Amino acid sequence: MPTFYGTEIASALMLGTAQYPSPAILADAFRQSNAGIATVSVRREAGGEQAGQDFWRLVSDLNVALLPNTAGCHSVREAVTTAHMARELFNTPWIKLEVIGHADTLQPDPFGLVEAARILTEDGFQVFPYCTEDLVLCDRLVQAGCEVLMPWGAPIGTGLGLNNIYGLRSLRAHFADIPLVVDAGLGLPSQAAHAMELGYDAVLLNTAVAQAGDPATMARAFASAIEAGRAAFTADPMSPRDMAAPSTPVLGKAFL
Amino acid sequence: MKITINGTLTEVAATTLNDVLEETGYGGAKVATAVNEAFVPATLRATHPITEGDRIEIVAPRQGG
Repeated sequence: MPTFYGTEIASALMLGTAQYPSPAILADAFRQSNAGIATVSVRREAGGEQAGQDFWRLVSDLNVALLPNTAGCHSVREAVTTAHMARELFNTPWIKLEVIGHADTLQPDPFGLVEAARILTEDGFQVFPYCTEDLVLCDRLVQAGCEVLMPWGAPIGTGLGLNNIYGLRSLRAHFADIPLVVDAGLGLPSQAAHAMELGYDAVLLNTAVAQAGDPATMARAFASAIEAGRAAFTADPMSPRDMAAPSTPVLGKAFL
Repeated sequence: MKITINGTLTEVAATTLNDVLEETGYGGAKVATAVNEAFVPATLRATHPITEGDRIEIVAPRQGG
């Protein structure tokens, strides 16, 4: 099971809390997923409104670790201030750091990400950076103090799966001792299984479950796939080869 | 005096951040605050002065991915 900043989590599934049809469906999806971490955000609350207060009670009852994010932040200053507000609200040093660099792809701004990660780490945060699979960027994030890396599989909300398997595999090989999480872009359980088969420690997803016709069933499907993928990785899979090799023994075949 | 709360121009009598929260219906709510784009911890709200034209952000826990 993954360990983030010294805390062992009982599940390799990290699940978002946005876009569910209702709070009850969200809670049911979490029960079916056995997710160990829920991602959350901070947003404006109108005076007298109780939306945030109701949501706080809902996620508190999920009995999972909370990972607040800086979603929607496009600058270092925005992300750092949001992280501070999140730390106070959720009483955790964990922060899923997003510094968005491009409005169309929601691709992380690598330069802002490293700078914000350094500032937050120096201020006692434990940073979970939403990044790309760029090896140099990930190296800089580790140098900035990140003890976990969360490369995207594909752009947020696309459901395209693992767009750069070579890059993700390279990260796993290069950062053997750093927990790695595929964050964003997953649409199907098979894609989550693939990430785990690559040796990733966890996957983080939201839309694939929340926007499924039956979120609870999809959550259960992801949980099963992640467990299968992890088991496959630990079982040391065979190496692929180009040429066919018969599995049935040739020796002893009748001459007919 | 007029200040901006979560993007809306608002008339308040309060002169500290804590009193602004009380006056505008956030009393006791689980919220975090920033004034003029700088985080203000809950422990400093009672002494943080608010002046004409200040921009206050008040946020609460919400759904996120």
